Amino acid sequence: MATVELKAVSKIYGTTVRAVDSVDLSISDGEFIVLVGPSGCGKSTTLRMIAGLEDLSGGTISIGNRIVNDVPPKDRNIAMVFQNYALYPHLNVRQNLSFGLERRRTFKSRWRGIWDSTYRTQRHAERLAITARVDAAARTLGIEQLLHRPPRELSGGQRQRVAVGRALVRDPAVFLFDEPLSNLDALLRGEMRTELRILHRSLRATMVYVTHDQEEAMSLADRMVVMKDGVVQQIGSPAEIYGSPANRFVAGFIGTPPMNMFEGRIARDSTGDFTFHWKESVFSLCKRWVAGELSALGHDTVTLGIRPDRLRILPAGENKNSCCLTGHVVTIERYGPLADIVAVVNGMRVISRTSTDTLAAICEGDAITLEFQMQFAHMFRADGSAVTSPRN
Amino acid sequence: MNRTLWKICQYAILLAGATILLLPLWWMLVVSLETPERAGAAIAGGIGLSLWPPSPQWGNYPQALSEMGSVPWQGFLNALANSIVVTVLVVIGTVLSSSLVGFAFARIRFRGSRGLFLLMLSTMMLPGQVTIIPLFLFFRNLGWIDSLLPLIVPAFFGNAFFIFMYRQFITQIPESLLEAAKVDGYTLLGIWWRIILPLCRPVTAICAVFTFIYVWNDFMGPLIYLHSDEQATLAVALNSFRNQYGGLEDVHLLMAASLVTMIPCILLFSASQRHFIEGLARGAVKG
Repeated sequence: MATVELKAVSKIYGTTVRAVDSVDLSISDGEFIVLVGPSGCGKSTTLRMIAGLEDLSGGTISIGNRIVNDVPPKDRNIAMVFQNYALYPHLNVRQNLSFGLERRRTFKSRWRGIWDSTYRTQRHAERLAITARVDAAARTLGIEQLLHRPPRELSGGQRQRVAVGRALVRDPAVFLFDEPLSNLDALLRGEMRTELRILHRSLRATMVYVTHDQEEAMSLADRMVVMKDGVVQQIGSPAEIYGSPANRFVAGFIGTPPMNMFEGRIARDSTGDFTFHWKESVFSLCKRWVAGELSALGHDTVTLGIRPDRLRILPAGENKNSCCLTGHVVTIERYGPLADIVAVVNGMRVISRTSTDTLAAICEGDAITLEFQMQFAHMFRADGSAVTSPRN
Repeated sequence: MNRTLWKICQYAILLAGATILLLPLWWMLVVSLETPERAGAAIAGGIGLSLWPPSPQWGNYPQALSEMGSVPWQGFLNALANSIVVTVLVVIGTVLSSSLVGFAFARIRFRGSRGLFLLMLSTMMLPGQVTIIPLFLFFRNLGWIDSLLPLIVPAFFGNAFFIFMYRQFITQIPESLLEAAKVDGYTLLGIWWRIILPLCRPVTAICAVFTFIYVWNDFMGPLIYLHSDEQATLAVALNSFRNQYGGLEDVHLLMAASLVTMIPCILLFSASQRHFIEGLARGAVKG
């Protein structure tokens, strides 16, 4: 168990390519941290730097209050699970699991036991201890019946378990996961996700997990770190990040289907209230944001974002208020109890997520009115940063 | 029908090829089992050879082997021992050094690695004959002439072709395996020994078999560096035997001795054939 501390960690390839740019992150003991971002955002590089598989170009990494910049991977007390599992093909599952333990044995010599009986007893005890640890890990992961098999005879899910098991037997201070589930099919992925959560709960170990799948990140993380182009965009609990994204990138990246974004300008109506103008539509901003912040925006382009589930379909009879969009339905995607309605409004596609119950009367091609639930909207400045709202 | 015909043609061609390849072997076998008179006459063209000698002279074999060298049997056994020592050590040396260097070229990034690799490859273009005299002088200065060392030691410094093969093969092994082993606590040497070598089995099979056959049959090297009878390898001993018993009346003994020296290669090749062909095919597909 240990804390992990990253201070101004950078990785520069060649002279110019900043794969990771001054990342600060402090991971507390027993925390499940997920690094998430699109491919090439530096999340894997960051993880590999924690593992010691990449050198740092700048900054420091400490594990358990010890700076490990120049410590080789084997002495960092970490274990890593790789995307392609990285099981040793020539060893069976038991040997794969014990491979790291074998290296760390105190009584290694096969020959000394011949004349040194104390050594022989100790060596034997050590072997039994390794066997016991491997058995325990195999039991935890439900792979006891696979111990004698070579990796090529295992299914993807079983290989994944063995890969996790290999980390587990080592009982490391920090577990590192590099997109471990991305080679599994959707069903298995969900299953393994749950198991990893349960495993984390029972071990209370520090885990750092890298994925490009934001849903996976949301479901696993205690805290998540959203990255883009080597720069940390936001760090927070999944709820914080979903509820109040720090910038336009985070807002668009987290959440499925993605947030609807409307680029427009702020103005004031005759009564002095702030309004948002997007193409032909005008929305009242309903005092969601502080007046001072809004007036500071001046005439810059701003983006108003709203999650698809906050874009309500207005039944035909209901009165339209000042926050409504009218358009027509392009297509409807149904997911069991939920459905996504893709509509074109003012020439732009918007998505509304709704329960299938309210859907009955709507067909593709129909005209539709969507109510913009302004109290759940997000506003971003021209540079992408969020305008804070007191009601978040 | 068409397919059957095609099959028959295929087998006919294969059979013809196999016969042509086996003919010299069969000829050696028959001559080695003939009486001196019949064998000599067959060589001189006096009589045709029968498919199998009318009365096989199995005694030709012990006679041939015992008459190799000046003391009965000792010459042969000595040469056999020398050949085995040289071949086994050279095979071990070539496999260990070539895989180690190939691993370094494939997986360790260091300044000048590309240039060094090209330099190493370019040594393959150098005809062996060019280096004979400098090498001889080199080994003479070390005082290694008339010992087995000049034949054995260079093998522990790698072989350009096999280094190339190992490098190509090791490049295909996923990097993450090595990283996993690093995290598991292994050093580069440990990774080479515990992961790379076991995974390179097909290449090792090719490397070992090729090297074995080459070294076992090598005549130039031993001829240049070895002078005394005690140090002779089988190939050299066989040559002195030929000088001694090269006449028509002794050709059956020469054939018997030659056949015996061929046996290890034939056995090794048949035993490792499966590995060998798998390795060649893999090399072909994966580059």
